[in-house]
Amino acid sequence: MTVKKKDTETKAGRRNFLGGVIASGATAVMAPTLAGAAEPAASGPAKAKTMPPSAKTAASETAIPPDMGHSAGVPGSDFMVDVIKSVDIKYLPSNCASSFRAIHESLINYGGNTKPEFLTCMHEESAVAMAHGYFKIAGKPLITLCHGTVGLQHATMGVYNAWCDRVPLIILGGNDMDAAHRPPGVPTFHAAQDINAIVRDYTKWDDTPVSLQHFSQSFVRAYKIAMTPPYGPVAISLDAGLQQEPVKEHGEKLYIPRYVPTSPPQGDTGAVKEAARLLANATNPVIVVDRAARTPEGIPLLVQLAELLQAKVFDQGGRMNFPKTHYLSSGPAAIPGADVIIGMELSDFWGTVNAFTDNAENGGIGANSTKIKPGTKLISISSVDLNTKSNYQDFQRYQVIDVPMAADAQATLPALIEAVRSAIPNSAKDAIAKRGEAAKKSYAEVKLRARQEAAVGWDASPISTARVVMETYAQIKDLDWSLVAAESPGFNWPQRLWPMEKYHHWLGRSGGYGVGYGSPAAIGAALANRDLGRFSVSFQPDGDLMYAPGVLWTAAKHKIPLLSVMINNRGYHQEVMHVQRLSNFRNRKVNLGGDMGPVGTSIMNPDIEYHKLAESMGWWAKGPIKDPAQLASAIKEAVAVVKSGQPALLNVWTQPR
Amino acid sequence: MTSIRFIAPMALAIILASNGAFAASAEEGKTAYVKNGCWGCHGFVGQGGSAGPKLAPDPKPLDFMAAFIRHTNGTMPPYSEKILSVEDLASIHAYLRSIPKSADAKSIPLLN
Repeated sequence: MTVKKKDTETKAGRRNFLGGVIASGATAVMAPTLAGAAEPAASGPAKAKTMPPSAKTAASETAIPPDMGHSAGVPGSDFMVDVIKSVDIKYLPSNCASSFRAIHESLINYGGNTKPEFLTCMHEESAVAMAHGYFKIAGKPLITLCHGTVGLQHATMGVYNAWCDRVPLIILGGNDMDAAHRPPGVPTFHAAQDINAIVRDYTKWDDTPVSLQHFSQSFVRAYKIAMTPPYGPVAISLDAGLQQEPVKEHGEKLYIPRYVPTSPPQGDTGAVKEAARLLANATNPVIVVDRAARTPEGIPLLVQLAELLQAKVFDQGGRMNFPKTHYLSSGPAAIPGADVIIGMELSDFWGTVNAFTDNAENGGIGANSTKIKPGTKLISISSVDLNTKSNYQDFQRYQVIDVPMAADAQATLPALIEAVRSAIPNSAKDAIAKRGEAAKKSYAEVKLRARQEAAVGWDASPISTARVVMETYAQIKDLDWSLVAAESPGFNWPQRLWPMEKYHHWLGRSGGYGVGYGSPAAIGAALANRDLGRFSVSFQPDGDLMYAPGVLWTAAKHKIPLLSVMINNRGYHQEVMHVQRLSNFRNRKVNLGGDMGPVGTSIMNPDIEYHKLAESMGWWAKGPIKDPAQLASAIKEAVAVVKSGQPALLNVWTQPR
Repeated sequence: MTSIRFIAPMALAIILASNGAFAASAEEGKTAYVKNGCWGCHGFVGQGGSAGPKLAPDPKPLDFMAAFIRHTNGTMPPYSEKILSVEDLASIHAYLRSIPKSADAKSIPLLN
């Protein structure tokens, strides 16, 4: 016991300092209560008496605290900031937490709160999703700090989305590992043996550095791994002691390793040649892409390949891969007629060439069928084959591929284009040209059909989603616009009706379909667009916004301009349909419970006033807009606000999809 | 079996249409359309969308619609008579018939 006491008294100041913080926090909570108790006693009718504070409490409230001294030497967290600055990270969206207070202090004071700039977030999941959206515009990862326990627990779904969407981000989780010396109570609740365990199944790499030199190596390694295709999130545990204690070099000068990007993996030469042979000799080759264009440079490469073959391109939309204005732009209808299909960075090859019908067949588990002709040859280029994990099933069903390449599609495209060019026989050139003419005709028909379908219900109230989309486009078409999120999976009017050509015109969706991605990712992407002078617009589902609406405040606080047009269908619409379907399969009338959708799926009674919610957090907002005739003027007003640098939200009541 | 399954609703539709025992009401049909979740995939005015095809204007004939609704084995779940009565089905059809034609896409400036 004596040893323990002595130990407590003589250990490093960080432990005592934290105790001081906790005491101050308690004071802050108690102070108003004490002040409130004193006033009525002096001026009003008699109230219940309160006990006077003890001498100790009174002293803690009023006495001058003893000099706590200053830490000697350079704080370890200052060195950590130097390491972070070495890779040029611009922002750090984060929700503050005591387990990383030392690096927090170093970032804003020693580091000057630039590169990275701390962005105040209200939820760790919002911080991660902001980083997710930011990367898809900027092509640079962001860093986020969180409590290694409760903060990382909040962040997990956002991390899973980033993993599935192949987006790099760096998570630093604060953790006080020294069980013998960390403060008891809350800091110990917020400590763990291995904080990274909770995200290990959906991060590319993680580490727990035990020295500052270890940290610098781990951080640069983490950045390098995150930025090597397939991209992905990484996590580093940040020990509180390591952050807080002074630098001790132990005879070796601390250094920061230089970051040198790793070349992305390219397809094997023989496999590329075989793929080219199949494509060049195909009667009807089809190109399917999901995240093939890793950067804007991927789009012209895909156009080259498609034009060389006059092959239709089915862009599944994980990224903006292929211009929607190109006559070879197609949809899933291209699949059944193909004799050779090349899939590039597909998240679900099985689902691309097979169909699953969610009906009552096979004992209620649904029916499977193939979409392709017998003998259709399948080629795959996917970097994800290099980084598959076991637990979470984002790798989807197993599909047999004739020419599989574990490689990055964009990096492989130049070699594939050249190989195809060499492999096309002269005798095939007429047939290829005819394929192009047929594609032009079917493209025109598809576009006409989209416009005709959009016209149906044009004047309906609630407002048709097609009308919302086109009224919005009318107000932004002359700007350098970027559609930063349109999260509902069944909502595809922008892809069908807008002339999407540039990489920033469409960013893809969340990856893991974890609801709650839309609003923070839109704000993160809008942040990157702000720095590039672009106009950001999102179509914001109602259910998605309510997961962590505090991110609206973050956008207002940091002056991130975004036009958020709500697709407010007042329900978790996919689940509306799922529960209806199951009720019918079981021959039971669905219980609506007084709402429009089955019990548990509606967001109504009361209706949420999203415009007021946004206004309360510093946004310009208007709504609810139910009459389509009022849309144009409202959007015009909102666009002007966004152009002035502020975020704006329109609460539009819409049709379900 | 398939033919028998299809004949029954067709016969029913003919009876409903000819004997006047039940006068299908568009107004009641609109309520039934919402209560039975048709709006979920087809929209409140039957315009269709990514989850379900367009139903209106110009809906398919009642006998066709009845046969499909009772026996579909695709993505849309079947509606038995226990879930959707004969009368409600006929009313829904009346509602869909009552939905006026939309403007042609060519006449909408935003679509051109």
